[in-house]
Amino acid sequence: MNPAEAILEIHDLEVRRGGVRVLELTGLDVRSGEFLSLIGPNGAGKSTLLLLLACLLPRHRGTLSFRGAEVTEGNGLLEYRRKISMVFQEPLLFDGTVEANVASGLKLRGTNREIIHRTVAECMEQFGIGHLKGRHARKLSGGEAQRTSLARAFAIGPEVIFLDEPFSSLDPPTREGLMDDLQRILRETKTTAVMATHDRVEALRLSDRIAVMKDGEIAQIDSPEEIMNHPRDEFVASFVGVETVLAGEIDGTGTGTVFVQVPGGRIEAVGIGRAGDSVLCCIRPEQVTLTTDASCRDGASARNVFPGKIVKVVPMGLFYKVTMDCGFPITAYVTASSVENLSLAEGSLVCSSFKATSVHLIRK
Amino acid sequence: MDLILEGIRQAFLLLFTLDREVLGITWLSLQVSGAATGISLVFGMSVGAVIALTEFPGKRFVISLINTGMGLPPVVVGLFVSIFLWRNGPLGFMEILYTPAAIVIAQAIIATPIITGITLAALQHLPRNLRLQILALGATRLQMVWMLMKEAKLPLLAAVMAGFGGVISEVGASIMVGGNIKGYTRVLTTATVMETGKGNFDIAIALGIILLLLAFTINSILTGIQQRQRPR
Repeated sequence: MNPAEAILEIHDLEVRRGGVRVLELTGLDVRSGEFLSLIGPNGAGKSTLLLLLACLLPRHRGTLSFRGAEVTEGNGLLEYRRKISMVFQEPLLFDGTVEANVASGLKLRGTNREIIHRTVAECMEQFGIGHLKGRHARKLSGGEAQRTSLARAFAIGPEVIFLDEPFSSLDPPTREGLMDDLQRILRETKTTAVMATHDRVEALRLSDRIAVMKDGEIAQIDSPEEIMNHPRDEFVASFVGVETVLAGEIDGTGTGTVFVQVPGGRIEAVGIGRAGDSVLCCIRPEQVTLTTDASCRDGASARNVFPGKIVKVVPMGLFYKVTMDCGFPITAYVTASSVENLSLAEGSLVCSSFKATSVHLIRK
Repeated sequence: MDLILEGIRQAFLLLFTLDREVLGITWLSLQVSGAATGISLVFGMSVGAVIALTEFPGKRFVISLINTGMGLPPVVVGLFVSIFLWRNGPLGFMEILYTPAAIVIAQAIIATPIITGITLAALQHLPRNLRLQILALGATRLQMVWMLMKEAKLPLLAAVMAGFGGVISEVGASIMVGGNIKGYTRVLTTATVMETGKGNFDIAIALGIILLLLAFTINSILTGIQQRQRPR
């Protein structure tokens, strides 16, 4: 099969809960071998879509096809479910040993004992839990339990694996290790994966494509680069970390650039448009540079240079989120050492700058 | 005080000399209550599983009914079973009133809501996504129910204990539908009532002790199984 070919397709889908529409999609393809992430805030419909793709939820309208054949309640449902796997946020392990848990999917299929034994041993080794095989599932740490859950899902050799926020209840080091292992195993086994998560960093790291969901619909589906740099609307922009979104109107054009009049300033952005067009200017915080030259005279090469005053400094771990008032609000990420060296604090006068290429325009 | 001491002495004498009548009564009690618990398990677990795993209008009302049924007064059950099995009653043609079978039916009716209620609660207390996880592993509907039952086996063993405990110790229904016929439908509880009424406290105490020992032994075995299942 061509790797870009769709392994799963849904069309004209609708799910209702208590009379309320919770999901509506005109179509979605999952490509063979890809890692697709569904991201969005709580209640966006990510988990519902995932359960629907796994045929674990009834749909009120629409079709789901696996390798071109439609799957319905009465047609190929069990066969389909035996070709997929699912891992939930909670490990949901059975009352038994790690080995018995990993073997459970194969036992349900009536697989030969010897094959079960061999496959389970391989799978436990892959996920680094071979030494835990005799331990009771209730005695595992969070990370070990989730590894067991993943090993159980992979033991049946699924063609598609669905992951519902599988890392969200793990501590950061455990999460890192498990993400590395999952990525490696997915690559080795060429398994198609669909993951629901609200963590865009997780999605960026693992995905070939990302679908951003809002209110039961897909707001945008694209490669991680495209989603990050060219969000389709204000919602997607803010969800993928664009801190500054300014509404304005084009009032002039340059060579391959446009000038946008926003309340409190004029921004130059790469793009085409006509005077009078209403647009949103999206600026990622990591693209904004800060200097303490409050007069902005030190000839910055950037097209957009604005003096301003810091109104908020929020520590974010390795960096700080600094919000300035430059006539309009703008946010920058600054490393912790820079904040210290430049003595940046609320009330400091600074100069912010960003390139015309750093501004993504969304037409309203 | 002498009365009690004499009663206890007599009780142990009856126990250790393996009195044939007492043994017969004990064996019948075990058979009747065991059969009733077995029937209730089949019905109670099936109905409990269906109610727990399906959605239907009026589900809450049905659950309330079952919970009420968990405290069903044995004499009320005895009354209705008697009416149904009475010669002119709807099931009179079966001619089983005042037989051990009638006691089994009455006791099964008492134990079924207990087992249904506990099964229902046990399955509803399992994690919400566990059912989906099992289906996603490729289970058929029947395999899914079986795996859920296995996951809920500790509370389900409690259901067996509660069901058996409820029927082995009830007297109202057994005396009404069994009639306490010597050598035929006389069970430990009905015999205890009768001997107490006759003033034979020694025999009554003996029967009481046997009843307690029996309940204790059965529950000890079930508790042993239950606790062995817990992870160490």
